Amino acid sequence: MSGREAILGKLRAAASVSTDDGARREAVEKRLAKTPRGLIPARGQVEGKERIALFCRMAEAVTATVERVKTADDVPKSVTHYLRSKNLAPSVRMGDDRRLKRMDWASQKSLEVKRGRAEPEDEVGVSHAFAAVAETGTVALPSGKDNPTTVNFVPDHHIIVIDAKDIAGDLETVISRLRRKYGRGDMPRLLNLITGPSRSGDIEQTMLLGAHGPRALHLIVVDG
Amino acid sequence: MEIQSPQFREKARKAIADEQLQRAMGKAKIGFVGKRKKAVDALPEFEDLRSSARAIKDHTLEHLDLYLEAYERKVIASGGQVHWAETAEDARQAVLGICRAAGARTVTKGKSMITEEIALNDFLEKEGVRPVETDLGEYIIQLRGEHPSHIIGPALHLNKEQVEEDFRRVHTELPAGRDLSQPESLLGEARHILRPQYFQADVGITGANFLVAETGTSIIVTNEGNGDLTQTLPRVHIVVASIEKVVPTLEDASQILRVLARSATGQDMSVYTTLSTGPRRPGDPDGPDEYHVILLDNGRSSMLGTEFHEMLRCIRCGACMNHCPVYHAVGGHAYGWVYPGPMGSVLTPSLVGVDKAGHLPNASTFCGRCESVCPMQIPLPRMMRHWREREFERGLNPATQRFGLGFWAFFARRPGLYRLATSMAIPALSGLAGRERWFRSLPFAGGWTRHRDLPAPESRTFMQQWRDREALKQRGKMA
Repeated sequence: MSGREAILGKLRAAASVSTDDGARREAVEKRLAKTPRGLIPARGQVEGKERIALFCRMAEAVTATVERVKTADDVPKSVTHYLRSKNLAPSVRMGDDRRLKRMDWASQKSLEVKRGRAEPEDEVGVSHAFAAVAETGTVALPSGKDNPTTVNFVPDHHIIVIDAKDIAGDLETVISRLRRKYGRGDMPRLLNLITGPSRSGDIEQTMLLGAHGPRALHLIVVDG
Repeated sequence: MEIQSPQFREKARKAIADEQLQRAMGKAKIGFVGKRKKAVDALPEFEDLRSSARAIKDHTLEHLDLYLEAYERKVIASGGQVHWAETAEDARQAVLGICRAAGARTVTKGKSMITEEIALNDFLEKEGVRPVETDLGEYIIQLRGEHPSHIIGPALHLNKEQVEEDFRRVHTELPAGRDLSQPESLLGEARHILRPQYFQADVGITGANFLVAETGTSIIVTNEGNGDLTQTLPRVHIVVASIEKVVPTLEDASQILRVLARSATGQDMSVYTTLSTGPRRPGDPDGPDEYHVILLDNGRSSMLGTEFHEMLRCIRCGACMNHCPVYHAVGGHAYGWVYPGPMGSVLTPSLVGVDKAGHLPNASTFCGRCESVCPMQIPLPRMMRHWREREFERGLNPATQRFGLGFWAFFARRPGLYRLATSMAIPALSGLAGRERWFRSLPFAGGWTRHRDLPAPESRTFMQQWRDREALKQRGKMA
């Protein structure tokens, strides 16, 4: 008997003591089809400007830095400013995300834009968010051919561009949007939910930033 | 790892005398408790979320076979492979098989208690595959040849000076005069040393906080980012997870996430919550070519439907040990196996046998804090009592304890005799204590009085005092 059959057999034996199998199957199918939401805290259930402000506040509370700009055209300039303020070399890594590609990076004279997956020497990665969650200051980044995961983890500095209209109150709303985009029951290969820069409290419980992932997380919110 | 739980008493005694450990634990017991409280107080719905999270796990456990089958179908549909492992040995062999097929010499590892449970590192090393722990705490204890003393803070038992010593001993290629006096510099050094390892590793191994049946997704919840580098850079990603990690839907995972980080570290949300579904897809610029899930039972299926069923709700947040006075006093290593604290005292006997871990359920003051903070509302004290009963039934506790309990039970079953005996013993003890009202030493109670004084009883028994009180009340009513 395979491990699979042995384990499932034991689980079935334990379960069938109380209920009949048909009802159990029905309950499982129903739950997987209906995907009911649980309890959603009131904190994130605010609209419009208030929701964007809540997102910014929550992200700052977890030591991300947040900058708000009027339009997507302002993003390349903001990125340059950020690099200068941190004394970083004028070079960024990003994927082929079309929202980032549409921006006028050439306007930043000395800025080098490298495309594709991140390499060990990259200092700054730039990503575009799929969505964000106001309740916790979290940003959602799916992987895909235009969105390498390495950009989110390898560079020391991670800059994420977020369209204000994509900020949701809660994670459940983001899950619904993922279902609409990728199909029911399907997911991107990777979904990174990022809440602040990397940290560790493993030495004497002293919380330190920049463990293995980015030391700094900079969010650019485009009001658009 | 070898089970050393039978040596709990000796280990606890040593731990209490260990100054380094006591200094580290002194910090630990304040930090976690305060952070959790702050996060919980800031969310009015927290208590209701606990009930909601509990209901999700209860529902899942009732349908565990079906959700695992659904999960497996989705993993396969997304291009991944599922390996079912009944025992720790099955799981180790499955990991080794995948490593061999990949020609792996080095594997990086994200923090995973399950791989501790199956003692994967020792096994891989023996088989010629080098495991590299990448979580800061795990990395430190790997250098020391130790095991985690806490399920979310593996190096909680150490002070920074000890870590400095280890780094100087092992990282000999770095300048001897470098400053390692602060946690910042220690973290920086670990980051510098581990960076190239991620890129060189052939296989990355992580655990999972959740498996989602709806989508075939595995989820890790971390703060450092090492788990993500571990699973993104090597060619092969192996997820090792136990069967009770499955939840039905993404919404269910989201619900439990709201209580997980708050209970563990006092964060609203951990830094990285990463949802992985299958291997690299056509056109993807990065990610592993192979995605494997090893589903481990290792005794869990035998807990279903028993008095320890509810333990399977545990999400490994560590809140129970963070709030446990016994854990604070002795640290995690005294428990002698992978899982310490209250959750370990219940789980360890279930997984390795009460004959090997019977001491653990006795390492409790029954103060009930563990249950009151458990995000999944697991009745830990009740389950420890169940284990104590089983231990007694099987005659596993020492003769003196059995005699003492038998002696007490003889009187407890005979209320008249009990009252008579206590009404004689209590005034006698009270008289013996004299004016001081404390015993510095007492025959047959040396174990207690060696370390503290025993308060002398009042001159009358509780029953006698109660009777007087009631009589007084009656008189009051009549007047």
